[in-house]
Amino acid sequence: MCETCGCGVTAQAPATTHTISVMRDILEQNVHQASHNRAHFDAHGVLAVNLMSAPGSGKTALLERTIDELAGRFRCAVIEGDLETDNDARRIRRHGVPAIQITTGSTCHLDAAMVHEALHRLPLEGLDVLFVENVGNLVCPASFALGTHADVALVSVPEGDDKPAKYPVMFRGAALVLVSKADLLPIFEEFSVASVTEQVRALANPAPVLAVSSKTGLGIGAWTGWLAEEVATRRAHRRGVAGPAVADATALAELP
Amino acid sequence: MHELAVSLALIDEAERVARAHGARRIAHLRVLIGPLSGVDGEQLARSYTIARAGTLTAEATLEWSATPIAVRCEQCGATSEVGAQRLLCRACGSWQTRVVSGAELTLQSVELVDATH
Repeated sequence: MCETCGCGVTAQAPATTHTISVMRDILEQNVHQASHNRAHFDAHGVLAVNLMSAPGSGKTALLERTIDELAGRFRCAVIEGDLETDNDARRIRRHGVPAIQITTGSTCHLDAAMVHEALHRLPLEGLDVLFVENVGNLVCPASFALGTHADVALVSVPEGDDKPAKYPVMFRGAALVLVSKADLLPIFEEFSVASVTEQVRALANPAPVLAVSSKTGLGIGAWTGWLAEEVATRRAHRRGVAGPAVADATALAELP
Repeated sequence: MHELAVSLALIDEAERVARAHGARRIAHLRVLIGPLSGVDGEQLARSYTIARAGTLTAEATLEWSATPIAVRCEQCGATSEVGAQRLLCRACGSWQTRVVSGAELTLQSVELVDATH
C-alpha cells in the first residue's frame, strides 16, 4: 500500500544500475575464431599467408606468378576475398590450384569466420601453403586477425612510396613488405624503395622489404625464398615440440 | 567502413555481460580506443547509434576515449609517448621498441539496469 496517501497503487521501485568492469577486447570473438583457424593450419602443417594491399597493387598477379614458380615444390591453395565477382578465383584456378572465392558484398575486409568457412572447403591435408588474398584495402583488413601465420603487405610502384607512413596500422604488423610492379621503377623515378624501408623501420617493424615484378620475375626468387624459409620454420616448429600436434587436436576438439 | 562491424561486435560483447548478470538492459558503455587499433572513435560512435537498435543496448549511451601511443624501448628500457608514424624510442632513437599503449580496442565497462546477480 502507498505510504503517502494509503491508495492501493504501489510505486514502482526505481531502476537500479550497476557498473561492471569488463576490460575485454571488442573483437574478442574474431580473435578467438582466428586462433581456431590457426589450430587448423597448424594441425595440417600448412603455412597460411595473408596478402594485403590497396586495390590494383597486383596481389592476384603476384599469386599467379608465385604458384607457377612453386609448382612441384609446394602444393598451394588460395582463398580470395573480394566485394564482388569471382574473377580472381577463376584466374588462380587456371594455374591448377584450388581457389575459394569469398564475396563479402559490402564488407570491406575478411574476418576470421569467413576464412574459417572457406578453409573447410579446401583439402588442407595435402597443402603446404595457403594464401589468403584479402579485400583490396589498406585500412580495414588490418584490424581483423584471420589466424594466418604472416601478414604480407604490398605497395605498388605507381601508388607512391609514402604508403607505410599513411597506413601505419597495416604496415607495422606486416612480416614482409613487397614493392610490387618494380619493373616500373625506371619510369617512376621518384619512387624510393629505401624510403619505404625507412618508413617501415620508423614503425618499429624489422620486416624485410623486397622489390618484385610479377611481369619480369624481378625479385620473385627472393619472395619464394622467404616463403620456403617460412614453410621450413613451420615444419621445424611442428616437429620440434612434441606437444603441438596433441595441443592442436585438443584446440580443435574444444572449439566449434 | 569497418566501424559498423566493430559496433556489432561491441554490442555482442556488452549483451553477453548483461545476460551473464540477468540485466534487463544496458544504460552506458565505456570503450578505450587506441589510434593503432585502426578504428576511428567518431565513426564507431556514429555507427553504434545505428547498430544498437533492437538490442539490449538500444538506449545505452557510448563513451569512448582515445589512449595515447607509448612504446617501450628494448634497447635502453625507456618508455616514450610517440606519434602513429614514428614508433621509435625518443630516448635513444632505436626502432627496437614494443607498443605498450595505443593499440587497444577495449570494452572497459558496462552499466547494467536491474541486474539480478
